Amino acid sequence: MSRLRELLESGEFVVTGEVAPPRGTDLADMHASVDLLAPHCHALNVTDNQGASLHLSSLAASRAILERGIEPIFQQTCRDRNRLALQSDLLAAWSLGLENVLVVTGDDPRAGDHPHAKGVFDLDSTQLASIALGMNEGRDMMGRDLKGGTDFYIGAAMFPEAEPWDVQLARIEQKVAAGVRFFQTQAIFDMDKLQRAVDAVRPLGVKVIAGVLVIRSPRVVDFVNRNLAGLMVPDHVADRIRSASDPAEEAVRLAAEQVRDIREIADGVHVMPLGLDTEVGRILDGTG
Amino acid sequence: MIITRPRDWDRIKANLSDIAARRVFVMGCGQCAAVAHTGGEKEVLETAERLRAEGYEVTGWAVGEVTCHLNGTKLESRKHRSEIDDADAVLVLACGAGVQTTADAIAKPVFPGLESLFLGTVIRNGIFEERCQTCGDCVLDKTAGICPVTTCPKGLLNGPCGGMWNGMCEVLTDRECTHVRIQRRLAEQGRTRNSTLEPKDFSTALKPGGVNIRQQGGGR
Repeated sequence: MSRLRELLESGEFVVTGEVAPPRGTDLADMHASVDLLAPHCHALNVTDNQGASLHLSSLAASRAILERGIEPIFQQTCRDRNRLALQSDLLAAWSLGLENVLVVTGDDPRAGDHPHAKGVFDLDSTQLASIALGMNEGRDMMGRDLKGGTDFYIGAAMFPEAEPWDVQLARIEQKVAAGVRFFQTQAIFDMDKLQRAVDAVRPLGVKVIAGVLVIRSPRVVDFVNRNLAGLMVPDHVADRIRSASDPAEEAVRLAAEQVRDIREIADGVHVMPLGLDTEVGRILDGTG
Repeated sequence: MIITRPRDWDRIKANLSDIAARRVFVMGCGQCAAVAHTGGEKEVLETAERLRAEGYEVTGWAVGEVTCHLNGTKLESRKHRSEIDDADAVLVLACGAGVQTTADAIAKPVFPGLESLFLGTVIRNGIFEERCQTCGDCVLDKTAGICPVTTCPKGLLNGPCGGMWNGMCEVLTDRECTHVRIQRRLAEQGRTRNSTLEPKDFSTALKPGGVNIRQQGGGR
C-alpha cells in the first residue's frame, strides 16, 4: 500500500512537494531538487508536461525518484493522450511501482511551448479517475478483465478559492463518486475558503492536502497572475511581498504562517517552493 | 448553418495562376454563405468586379439555390452551360461541401473562394458563434442545451477544469465557463446534474460520414 495512503488514513498530517521532470534527459537538477525536498516530504508530485510544455515523461521521472528513495505521486493529464494511451500508461505506472496517481485535466496547449499542438482531451479528469478505479477492480474501461490489475491511491485537484463555489462543490462530489480518495488543492490564500472546502468533503471520507505557494519576489507575483490558470495572488499578499525589504524572507514567513493555519484545517500540506527549495524545512517547521 | 469567411485573395489568385486561368465563372450559394454575407448575390457580384479589375474575364456567374445539393447544382450549371464552357476555372463562394458539389457537377477546375469555419448560430446579423461539432453522439439532453464539446475549448464533458476563475473560462478569458453556464441553466430549470457524463463515443464521428435514408437502418 502507498505510504501516502497509509499516513493519511492513519490521520497523520502529511507533507507533499513537487518536482518537474527536465526538458531533456539530464536528471541532475530534478534529483538535486528531490534531495532538498525528500527529507521534509512524505511524497513528491511529478508533473506531466506542466504548463503544456515539453518535459521528460512523468512516468519515467516518477520511477526515477522512486529509485532515489522517495514516493512519487504520478501526475497524469488528459491533454496529451487518448484513452488507450492513458490506460496503457496507468498499467505501466503500476508495473513500475507507482502507487499514487493524481489525475488532472491539463492546461490548454495554447498556453505552452507547442501552441500548435492538438489538445487531446479524449477523457476528462473525472472519467480518468473512474477508469483508474476500474483498474483497481481488475478491469479496463470497456469492462474487460485485466491480467493483473492495479491498486492505485487516486487523487485529483481541488480549487477551494475558485467561484462559483456551488459549481466547484458539485465537481468535487463528482470526482469522489468517480473514485478519488484524496485531493490536492490549488494554492490557498484564504483559510476560510479552505475550511469551507474541508467541511464540505469531510462527510465524503476523503482527504485534503492544501497547497502553499512560496512567492519569493514581486516578479513571481506577476508570473502567477499572468501564467498560472485558476489562480490569482490576492492584493494583501501581493502587497506584503512587494513592500518587503527582503521579499524572499517575507515569502518564507508568509508560507510558514499558512502552513501553521493549514495544520489546523486540512489533512496535509502541498508545498510549491517555486525556486526556494532550500527553505522548505523552515517553512514546514514554522520557523520561517 | 455553416459559417464561412472569404479566402485570402492572394491564395485565390495563386490558384488561378497555377492553371493559367484568365476566364472565370463565379458560383455562389443562396443558403448559409448568403446569410454569412460571403457567397450571396451581392458578394458574387463584388468578387466578379474584383476579378475584372485584376484583368480576369468573368464569363458569367450564378447563385445556386442550395449549392451543396448535387442535382440542384447540376441544373444550375446547365442554365449557364455556355458561360461555364467559356471559362478556364470556376470560383465557388460556398462552404467546402458546396465547392465539392460544384466540382462533381462541372467538368472544369473548381477553386474555393471561401474558408469553411464551423457549424454555428447567427447571434445577430453578422455575428456568428460555433455551436456544434456534428459528433453524432449528442449530449445536449444532459447539458441544458449547451454543447460542452464545442463551447468548452478543451471539449470537456465534465467540468469546469482547474483554470476557471470567477466563473470565467481559462482559455477564452472574456467568456463565461461553459460548465458554469450549464449548471446555472440546469438549476434555473429545476434540473440537477447528478451523474458524470461517460466518455464520448468517437466511432460515430469517423470520416467520411454518410447517410442513406432510402436504405433500412439509416446511415453510419
